[in-house]
Amino acid sequence: MSPILVGPLAVAGISTVLALIISILDKVLNNYGEMEISINKGEKVLKVKGGSPLLATLAAENIFVPSACGGRGTCGACKCKVVTDVGPHLPTELPFMSPADIAANVRLSCQVKVRQNLEIELPRELFSIRKYRTHVEKIRDVTYDIKEVLFRLDEGEIEFTAGQYVQLVVPPYGDIKESVQRAYSMSSVPSDRKHVELLIRLVPGGIATTYVHKVLKEGDPVELVGPFGEFHVHDTPATMICVAGGSGMAPFKSMFYHMFETGAFPLKEVWYFFGARTTRDMFYLDELRALEARWPRFHFVPALSEPKPEENWTGQTGLITDVLDRHLQNVIPKPEAGWEGYLCGSPGMINACTNVMKKHGIVENKIYYDKFA
Amino acid sequence: MIDAPSVGLVSLFLASILTSNVLLANFLGTCSFISISKDFRSSMGLGIAVTMVIGITSAVCWAVLYFVIKPLGIEYLSFIIFIIVIAGVVQMLEMIIDRFSPSLYMALGIFLPLITVNCAVLGVILFMQIRKYNFPQAVVFGFGSGAGWWLAIMLLASIRKKLDANTAVPAGLKGTGITLITIGFMAMAFVGFSGMIAVQ
Repeated sequence: MSPILVGPLAVAGISTVLALIISILDKVLNNYGEMEISINKGEKVLKVKGGSPLLATLAAENIFVPSACGGRGTCGACKCKVVTDVGPHLPTELPFMSPADIAANVRLSCQVKVRQNLEIELPRELFSIRKYRTHVEKIRDVTYDIKEVLFRLDEGEIEFTAGQYVQLVVPPYGDIKESVQRAYSMSSVPSDRKHVELLIRLVPGGIATTYVHKVLKEGDPVELVGPFGEFHVHDTPATMICVAGGSGMAPFKSMFYHMFETGAFPLKEVWYFFGARTTRDMFYLDELRALEARWPRFHFVPALSEPKPEENWTGQTGLITDVLDRHLQNVIPKPEAGWEGYLCGSPGMINACTNVMKKHGIVENKIYYDKFA
Repeated sequence: MIDAPSVGLVSLFLASILTSNVLLANFLGTCSFISISKDFRSSMGLGIAVTMVIGITSAVCWAVLYFVIKPLGIEYLSFIIFIIVIAGVVQMLEMIIDRFSPSLYMALGIFLPLITVNCAVLGVILFMQIRKYNFPQAVVFGFGSGAGWWLAIMLLASIRKKLDANTAVPAGLKGTGITLITIGFMAMAFVGFSGMIAVQ
């Protein structure tokens, strides 16, 4: 053999032998068998394969502890409380730990290996927030500028509370070079864990809405991140005064159908004011009227601000704030528990409705809305 | 097949700890020596790790040297091969300790992988090659050098612990400055052993 080849071959050979031994050792030694991770005192119990860092083990179970560095121990973001004694903090953890953290058994989940049954504590919202791969199942025009888009989850199920929102991941398209995320309230009911429905109104010049209206087709893959948001039905006997306009319909559709389906919050009366300019902007009219007929606690008040004579509109007319004002004044009974305001729409509409509601004695901390609009 | 020096194993062991201490006579592995010695417990962990790694890698490298490198006549590649072997052995050692003694693994922590780049390890192996030790000698020399390194870092850590409490150190010399001076004195003190056993 040429002497020139001997050297490289020998080095390669030695490296290969070492790599082989390491791989075999790794297979043999890192086999810890099945471990149990109990999260928040048994609220969730995972059966996992031991031997990997906690961060990666949880991620494999679809629990995403935030981590900026990807588990290299340099960002300190993946802190989590490990109740089980897994030994003293490592030198790699200490730079990120305050004395309070150390006393509370807070660890970096990327540095703690799963080599025994563990009991850990995580913020609850981490359980359900994740990225969902979906495909568009159906796109339907509900008005000339609002599309109802139904996404089917490729795998897994989504657990959310009616009223929450997801972020739609818009990939780069056309002149848009960067991926953006935009929040949309889910209009589907939580009981359908395989689908997410969004109502998306075309905003002229809007990156995400233009994408949905002009680019997105049925069958396209889309990523959704969520669920997020604190907008939900509060468990009190107070009457819900809901006001929406345009695609602000979405969270209410989810809430109402959820309450109707499950009989949740049986003491709550629901009043729903939906404002549009003309019948062209009005949608779900028949569905909601049908719901109203079958569900005695639900009162639907659609209103047009600029009805044309030829539309033969027989419902309420006027700005939604005026309609709301009139109803609060004369129509809606005030139970002992009082009223709660639920709003979804443009910031201008939310401000105006808040003022009307305050005028009628609804205190500000009982008026609920998501600020992401 | 090797023209090994005729030196007894016991004297070789003592010599590698005292007279030719890899740290204080040859100044190898000084970077981690200075940085880690400020903490007594870490010094303990690193000392154990270095001792184990040097001992085991000298044995493995001896085998590689006399069964692969020499027969193939590729001595010019011995540096690279030794470094690869050290990295591999450290990796294996880490996995074995991790599995069988989690408490020791915790104590060694990050230091074990760091030893891969500790020049004391490569230095000892090269001495072993130059001085043509036979296998028992190589192993004893390896463990002895490691123990010497361990002894030195424990001594320095103890001295630094005392020095930290001492306010007489001038501000400009605090930290690394006074540590280097301390190491110098320690090295001079170790020279005092040199008359006892001579191993080259």
